[in-house]
Amino acid sequence: MKAPSFAYAKPRALEEALALLSRAEAKALAGGQSLIPSLNMRLSAPELLVDITGLEALKGIRLEQDVVRIGALATHAEIERSEAVAKHVPLLAEAVQHVAHPAIRNRGTIGGSLALADPAAEYPACALALDATLVVAGTEGRRQVKATEFFKGLFETALRPGELIVAVEFPAQLKDQRTAFAELARRHGDYAIVGLAAFAANGTKRFAFFGAADRAVLARHAAQAKDLEAAKQALAKDLQPPADLYHSPATKLHLARVLLERTWNRLSTPR
Amino acid sequence: MEQALDTTLTVNGQSVTRRIPARMNLVDFLREELGLTGSHVGCEHGVCGACTVRVNGEIVRGCLMLAVQADGCAVETIEGLSDSGELAKLQKAFHEKNALQCGFCTPGMLLAARDLLKRNPKPDREQIRAHISGNYCRCTGYQAIVDAIEEVVAHG
Ligand SMILES: Cc1cc2nc3c(=O)[nH]c(=O)nc-3n(C[C@H](O)[C@H](O)[C@H](O)COP(=O)(O)OP(=O)(O)OC[C@H]3O[C@@H](n4cnc5c(N)ncnc54)[C@H](O)[C@@H]3O)c2cc1C
Ligand code: FES
Ligand code: FES
Repeated sequence: MKAPSFAYAKPRALEEALALLSRAEAKALAGGQSLIPSLNMRLSAPELLVDITGLEALKGIRLEQDVVRIGALATHAEIERSEAVAKHVPLLAEAVQHVAHPAIRNRGTIGGSLALADPAAEYPACALALDATLVVAGTEGRRQVKATEFFKGLFETALRPGELIVAVEFPAQLKDQRTAFAELARRHGDYAIVGLAAFAANGTKRFAFFGAADRAVLARHAAQAKDLEAAKQALAKDLQPPADLYHSPATKLHLARVLLERTWNRLSTPR
Repeated sequence: MEQALDTTLTVNGQSVTRRIPARMNLVDFLREELGLTGSHVGCEHGVCGACTVRVNGEIVRGCLMLAVQADGCAVETIEGLSDSGELAKLQKAFHEKNALQCGFCTPGMLLAARDLLKRNPKPDREQIRAHISGNYCRCTGYQAIVDAIEEVVAHG
């Protein structure tokens, strides 16, 4: 199908974009790799698309002291090729390999993915596992939101109407920290059936599952468990996965346990 | 009322200026306004890859980019890349290995394959499969396509 008609603006400055987005019927357009399909299928019909891809303030990936700051407009392809990400946020470097297909990776952005909050997307889980912070801006000013406070439900986030994600800050990985990523999908690049972004540092573990609930979730009981068997048992308290077209809740929980086992061993092996 | 914007881009090396409705996607613009019907339209939501074109050197989904977003960009299509000879070896190998039947997916497959070989001249079968994972073929069963790309890897 074809998109309904809409007006289009491409502002050069963040303030200008935020002013345009404060109108009720406006929507931000980043890579368009989720928004344009929804327009083509007429699932969404904004009156004004504000193309944010010209905003310099939302670009770039760089190490700033102890965080890697990734601009909202960084594409999946840029993240995949970033030395700072490979070196300081290896979990994300692993995860990006699973995000969509090459032609989509060239345009889709991390800001778009986080704002969309698809329950089966990779980045929200990475942001939870690494305790990342989102920098968001609105006409009222800027604020910082912890990833743990950001994902509110199915395609729902803490963004207020008209707000934009400016950047996301991932703590640079320290020597004694380890991470591991695992995903099951029907075909390479598809959204996950179930996936896991895992983090460990002396005594603390964080297991962020995706494709297993209405949003990415931290499995808190499993993270407290003493050994792998106990963690696998505890996972039933953390996850009650909804069925999808092909998998029952029981299958999904089983697959989540398989991923827990795969990453558990990697978290206990030194890098 | 429908908004249209003056848009200037180069298509296969030639500068083009047109007034384009905001909602028109790039592949429809190429096909309907410029008559470049080599890029195909399948699903229109990013899944099949039939609409693959190059923008500023990178492959993209022609159905997931607005034509007005290509303002100032260099767009290349299967027509331009065939004429320049850039795809000649791949095209020959696709022909020899029977890597197409109806041909609907072929322009997109060739662009995806060329993109891989530009970055990695010696990919293995798994890497070839991963790189064309976003392109559907409903006829060949993929084996012959992977064989054809492998042929170019092996014999240049
Ligand atoms: C075939 C296919 C397969 C895919 N597979 C995967 C996959 O496996 N994993 C995965 O994670 N994704 C997948 N995607 C989605 C892809 O990663 C998108 O790029 C991403 O979800 C959205 O990013 P975008 O830049 O394209 O955003 P857009 O489509 O431009 O926007 C998406 C939404 O976010 C809003 N938005 C965008 N940027 C901002 C911002 N900075 N601040 C506030 N709001 C903003 C928009 O208003 C819109 O509501 C797939 C897409 C396709 C077409
Ligand atoms: S028509 Fe664009 S991906 Fe199918
Ligand atoms: S040859 Fe028919 S779709 Fe590929």
